[in-house]
Amino acid sequence: MKKLSVKSVVAIGIGAALFFVLGKVSIPTPVPNTVISLQYAVEAVFATLFGPIVGMLIGFIGHTLLDATSYGPWWSWIIASAFVGLVIGVVTMKMEIGEGLDTKKIVRFNVAQVIAHLLAWGLVAPCLDILIYKEPLEKLFAQGMMAGISNIITTGIVGTLLLVAYAKTVVRRGSLNKED
Amino acid sequence: MPSPVISFQDYGFQYMAQAAPTLHHINLDIYPGEKVLIAGTSGSGKSTIGNCINGLIPFAYPGQKTGKLLVDGKEADTGSIFELSHTVGTVLQDTDGQFIGLTVGEDIAFAAENDCVPQDEMKQTVDKVAKLVDIDHHLQHAPHELSGGQKQRVSLAGVMVEDVKVLLFDEPLANLDPSAGRTTIELIDMVHERTGAAVIIIEHRLEDVLWRSVDRIVLMDEGKIIADMSTVKLLTGKNLLEHGIREPLYLTALRYAGVEINEALHPEHVEHLVLTEEHKAKVREWYQARKGDISSVGHGEELLRVEHLDFGYTPQRRTLQDVSFTIHKGEMVSIVGRNGAGKSTLAKLICGFEKPIGGSIYMEGRDLSDDTIKERAMRIGYVMQNPNQMISKPMIWDEVEMALVQSGMPKEERKERVEETLKVCGLYPFRNWPVSALSYGQKKRVTIASILVQRPQVIILDEPTAGQDYHHYTEIMEFLKELNGRGYTIMMITHDMHLMLEYTPRAIVFSEGRMLADTTAAHVLNNPELVKRANLKETSLYTLSMACGIDNPQVFTECFIGYEQKEGYNG
Amino acid sequence: MANIAILSYLKRDSLVHELTGTTKLIFFIAWSVATMVTYDTRVLVVLLFLSIVIFKISKVRLYDIRIVLGLAVIFVVLNNLFVYLFAPEYGVELYESRTVLFTIAGPYTVTLQQLFYHLNMTMKVACVVPVALLFIACTDPSEFAASLASIGVSYRIGYSVSLALRYIPDVQREYHNISQAQQARGIDLSGKDKVLTRMKNSVAILLPLVLSSLNRIETVSNAMELRGFGKDKKRTWYSQRKMQRNDWLAIALAVVVFVADMTITFWDGSRYYNPFL
Repeated sequence: MKKLSVKSVVAIGIGAALFFVLGKVSIPTPVPNTVISLQYAVEAVFATLFGPIVGMLIGFIGHTLLDATSYGPWWSWIIASAFVGLVIGVVTMKMEIGEGLDTKKIVRFNVAQVIAHLLAWGLVAPCLDILIYKEPLEKLFAQGMMAGISNIITTGIVGTLLLVAYAKTVVRRGSLNKED
Repeated sequence: MPSPVISFQDYGFQYMAQAAPTLHHINLDIYPGEKVLIAGTSGSGKSTIGNCINGLIPFAYPGQKTGKLLVDGKEADTGSIFELSHTVGTVLQDTDGQFIGLTVGEDIAFAAENDCVPQDEMKQTVDKVAKLVDIDHHLQHAPHELSGGQKQRVSLAGVMVEDVKVLLFDEPLANLDPSAGRTTIELIDMVHERTGAAVIIIEHRLEDVLWRSVDRIVLMDEGKIIADMSTVKLLTGKNLLEHGIREPLYLTALRYAGVEINEALHPEHVEHLVLTEEHKAKVREWYQARKGDISSVGHGEELLRVEHLDFGYTPQRRTLQDVSFTIHKGEMVSIVGRNGAGKSTLAKLICGFEKPIGGSIYMEGRDLSDDTIKERAMRIGYVMQNPNQMISKPMIWDEVEMALVQSGMPKEERKERVEETLKVCGLYPFRNWPVSALSYGQKKRVTIASILVQRPQVIILDEPTAGQDYHHYTEIMEFLKELNGRGYTIMMITHDMHLMLEYTPRAIVFSEGRMLADTTAAHVLNNPELVKRANLKETSLYTLSMACGIDNPQVFTECFIGYEQKEGYNG
Repeated sequence: MANIAILSYLKRDSLVHELTGTTKLIFFIAWSVATMVTYDTRVLVVLLFLSIVIFKISKVRLYDIRIVLGLAVIFVVLNNLFVYLFAPEYGVELYESRTVLFTIAGPYTVTLQQLFYHLNMTMKVACVVPVALLFIACTDPSEFAASLASIGVSYRIGYSVSLALRYIPDVQREYHNISQAQQARGIDLSGKDKVLTRMKNSVAILLPLVLSSLNRIETVSNAMELRGFGKDKKRTWYSQRKMQRNDWLAIALAVVVFVADMTITFWDGSRYYNPFL
């Protein structure tokens, strides 16, 4: 395996810190016991900017710290979080946001995040839960669907807006003219 | 003569992303054990020079170079950033960014850890270095338990664990309060003496660096070296102002009084000035002629009143205690004191971000206790220190419009309001630009515009000029002065003594959560007792007036400011 | 600062604190896997008993961890509730017998088997929570990175964890400051707006936070490179402690528990202990 660059090491650390802090800020929704998980939007953006390994480790470390400081680690969901970063990172690989963002890239980002969340919460998390905790299938899939859909919406809206805004901030002074 | 430890030979550099070179034909030799100040405005290329020396260029920021750079006899870009780090130790401007370890001890040991130094040996080195910079009693502390000055000591210790030949300081004074800044300069001087390493200081705050002497000063502008000479030569010449660097205040005062600045005066340090009786008489004369001009500012109507304000995150530890003062319409006031004295907390209480545990705040006589953050924001605007922490839309127009959109104002009315605000802030020609195309000073204007659009009566600014060179500082402050002239009441949290002296007639001084004084800015800085308790620093004008036998240094300072505003250099 | 329920390192003088981070990490991993694998009630009872003993030894008081413990309880209760709502007959399926106690309504019958399943499920969590909390509460964060490296994780990844711990307070403060300033401009995430509006509003806080984090990444990685991070295949650690006799004893205990757990659990080819057959 190629060594992680120093920048990647730092991106994982700061990304995980962001994941953690945003995970602690819960935005209530009308549906009881569900919150908007902003951390996945940021994880998705970092995975797109820094690649799959960084995305995966942000999910893994961030979620572990989050669980470990609140009610003890729930490994199946931690692994699912890591999986989300990994998949988004792989699908959006070599998509240079710094060189501008077009509709094609936005679509690709969203395809990536939908696939990632569907697999993570619809397959990875429930399967691990069955394997580890032997919970009933019905409950797991209902739970997974709920989390998956809510995360897809959050990442789709917040993540996309962040990415668009980020791309605009990278554009340098070029053909801009003052207007009277 | 030994060979130079750093040698730029007709060196030029252009960043990959930029259209034009940042450095042109640099010829500069720095010898072992020298102490050199590289001065210049932001954008002058002085930081780029630093990055070339420590290897961030080209290893982290690639680009095109011309000519040669030798560090310790070897071409700098043939090795690696790691090799260079054994020769050059860098203390970055951002002490929080440089503080990587979870505790002081770990952070100091960081470079030794990477060198695979065995633990026992590492611990000895850390202890030794920590003692040298006087941080050895805090080895177990986490970064948030330290002051800015202490963090800088840690950074310094962290580069000293390696036996480096060059110590490079990138804007060491940018984030420090005045007294911590002075201590830092003393510390650098001490380390220079003890280690014998060459010291390079990159800074635009000339007078503050010159608190301890340097061997020579390299003045830069537009990527070129303008001057490379001894302090005396530079101070007696005219180069400084032309290239955006402010000369020491006492020299400006002497010039105003008609004293010629020459070598015989020993102008490097205010304490060592050699003034003849004739010089002193000239200064006294100048002072006598002007002291009548000072007009005291009359008070307008009461606008904001704070009464017996108490606050603490926990009941045992109060961050603010029994604070009372009144702000009048049209005033421009400084809130000063060391970092952590409670200045920012005060602003948060006034804006309603935090709830006081005692006392009240009145606006035009009305108690604000029950007003929400949003309601208060219509009357009191708060501008954060770093514009990048406030700007949340990529486009200028959207950013300024945001608060109005949130409040549900109709589109037509919004347009009118935004246009008007942009005009006031001088941003109208840029209205369809992305924020990222603006300079720091312009971004600051955008954040101020985004607050003004709600038409508050008072604006509170947190450190409006932190880290800015004289040019940007003047630009921002003149803009605020203009706003003040339009009737906005302005409160500024600052530890910049020049700002307080030059722009705000009144200053409220804090220390450890208590209000120490509420008086004129000149009075604060000419009161040694107050200066000490609030971690401020007296100005060199005070020292100069004492040396000239002027009975009232405070009035002397006021004369100076008054004269400067009328006839002095502006931007 | 907002009151965020967060567990952190509690400095005490106890046998558990004295162990090196490496020992605690190995113990924690072995324990987690052991409890994850087993569904054998007898094993779970022993593990639960042991974890309570370890908790006693650690001198961490229940009061210290009340918030976290409260959250864990809520989590377990909700989880149990959901399981029951979705699969009230799950225990019957697993234990292949059905002893009805009483009926609530419709399909919701309470069976002895279902209750036994819930008991096992709850115990599984109850076994691992004290050990996990202790791992956090009794391990000096400074030791995390070195501990991870000593069990074979790349030191680069270990250092990422250390950086996350280092910058969490900074990021938290920054989030707090930004959101306050944005509230003054009408951005409120907890307000009565529609969920969709709140999501859009959150961007006004997240964008400055993300941009400033990207800047921070640049500064920190420069600072680390300037001080030689990543030049060798390995590095030494300032805050690593040497293994003592007790460390080896603790690791031995972990190994014994782990092996015993696996053996008993898989003895008869099933992860369950079934008292009903």
